[in-house]
Amino acid sequence: MAVLVEADRLRKTFGPIIAVEEISLKVSQGEVLGFLGPNGAGKSTTMKMLTGFLAPDGGSARICGIDVAERPKAAKACIGYLPEGAPAYGEMTARAFLHFIAELRGYQGDACGARVHAATMRTGLEEVLDQKIDTLSKGFKRRVGLAQAILHDPPVLIMDEPTDGLDPNQKHLVRKLITDMAKDKAIIVSTHILEEVEAVCTRAIVIDRGRIVADGTAEDLMQRMPYHNAVAVRVDANKADAISAALAGVANVDKVDRKTLPDGQILLRAAPKPGTTVASGVATMLNQKSLAVYEMYVERGKLDDVFRQITSQEGRGRNA
Amino acid sequence: MRNIWIIGKRELSAYFGTPLAYIFLVIFVALSGAFAFYIGNFFERAQADLQAFFAYHTWLYLLLVPAVAMRLWAEERKTGTIELLMTLPITTWEAILGKFLAAWAFIGVALLLTIPMWITVNYLGRPDNGVILASYIGSFLMAGAFLAIGSCISALTKNQVIAFIVAATLCFLFVMSGSDLVLNAFRGWAPAFLVQAIASLSFINHFDQISKGVIGLPSLFFYASMIAFFLFANMIIVESRKSA
Repeated sequence: MAVLVEADRLRKTFGPIIAVEEISLKVSQGEVLGFLGPNGAGKSTTMKMLTGFLAPDGGSARICGIDVAERPKAAKACIGYLPEGAPAYGEMTARAFLHFIAELRGYQGDACGARVHAATMRTGLEEVLDQKIDTLSKGFKRRVGLAQAILHDPPVLIMDEPTDGLDPNQKHLVRKLITDMAKDKAIIVSTHILEEVEAVCTRAIVIDRGRIVADGTAEDLMQRMPYHNAVAVRVDANKADAISAALAGVANVDKVDRKTLPDGQILLRAAPKPGTTVASGVATMLNQKSLAVYEMYVERGKLDDVFRQITSQEGRGRNA
Repeated sequence: MRNIWIIGKRELSAYFGTPLAYIFLVIFVALSGAFAFYIGNFFERAQADLQAFFAYHTWLYLLLVPAVAMRLWAEERKTGTIELLMTLPITTWEAILGKFLAAWAFIGVALLLTIPMWITVNYLGRPDNGVILASYIGSFLMAGAFLAIGSCISALTKNQVIAFIVAATLCFLFVMSGSDLVLNAFRGWAPAFLVQAIASLSFINHFDQISKGVIGLPSLFFYASMIAFFLFANMIIVESRKSA
């Protein structure tokens, strides 16, 4: 697949503050890249450089092969961009606003109306088209921003926190929209909601203090967790020792730890050796020995934990 | 060109999308008339001209043009729409010119609404309509120069009140630059040619020329270059301070 977004050692400083130290990345057609990172990590600044809003202090960005600094107008024509908070001219109606954007995107007359109509249908804006944007709810405002970004069916779509502050239904709608469009576009979504990465992204990059600290699929990131694919069983306190010993004997089990739950029961977790799984082994063993457990599940590891682990480790590393 | 038109159209409709436009138009027409009749003694002069009317335009603009200009960029910054606008496939020049021309056209509308003054003076006597036309052109050009200053200052801040006060002050200094108020600040140390140059920046002197019916090249050139200079500064500010 063609590489549509390319950043080469982008760097941006604001006075003494280094917002983006060095970021290089490539996004191909069909990819949805998640930008993860704590607030102030440099996600938005990176996006602003990719979209040509901010000029980088170093490095370069190419959109569809066009250098953003050299031919900004041509590069911007290839991008649909939803800035953080979905800013829009509040005194305009949604319809007038979308027409304005369509005209600046180069559409005229009927084509303009057709584009606005298509974007409206995709984002479910029909009912509020003639309301002033200032009077719309947060969810509809965000949809106006989305409609504006996808209006010209751009090959590259860059969205800064598209679901931030939306309710679960609205989040679902936005994610569905992203997934629907993913096939023939290169999409970058920034977020600090990690479930979003699992829901829509084919790949994720974790940014911390202006640098990329992790790059991979959601699954890759989760494999970094020590308890990824561990099998957890909940048992009575008096049987815990026996089962713990039995678990330790199962093939590929690296270690077993125990945790006392508030109701007095014990949670045992059997962590696998790296790159292996233990679920079926544990199940067979429990069956053979007829050991009763209340509950048994495979721990997937939470992206939240990965996130904390990666970004806080970085912090410690730097301060040391 | 097309983009300038699209941006200008939106900007102009934005004025009319809020009460600001109507308040401005009413106050401009009412004050320009009131100044002419009560302070300029339009009737008592018993002259068939609009000197009493145009003489106060400078002072009216000083208050009202920065009010028109203050939102041009400050509001874009405040609401974040500047990020939307500047990532559309347009150039910074197109955005600046579109906005500036829309605001200028808006002031043009306000000027057109004072046409009853012109009708009145024609009804009462036989004025030199050529001089009146020249005065209108001069007044419009002067408004453009004030506006360019206001637009430039507006790009410096998110705060419209600050934009208004700073722009009004700067405009005031330009208006007064032929007077001792400004010149005394330079006479002590600056070479004579610089003091002369500053004195020649006075808006009032150039406007006086035009409103006497003399549309001289120096005055036209003066206003055109004021507009060009401040819009150019405006562009540099917008380009370099997008994120601030």
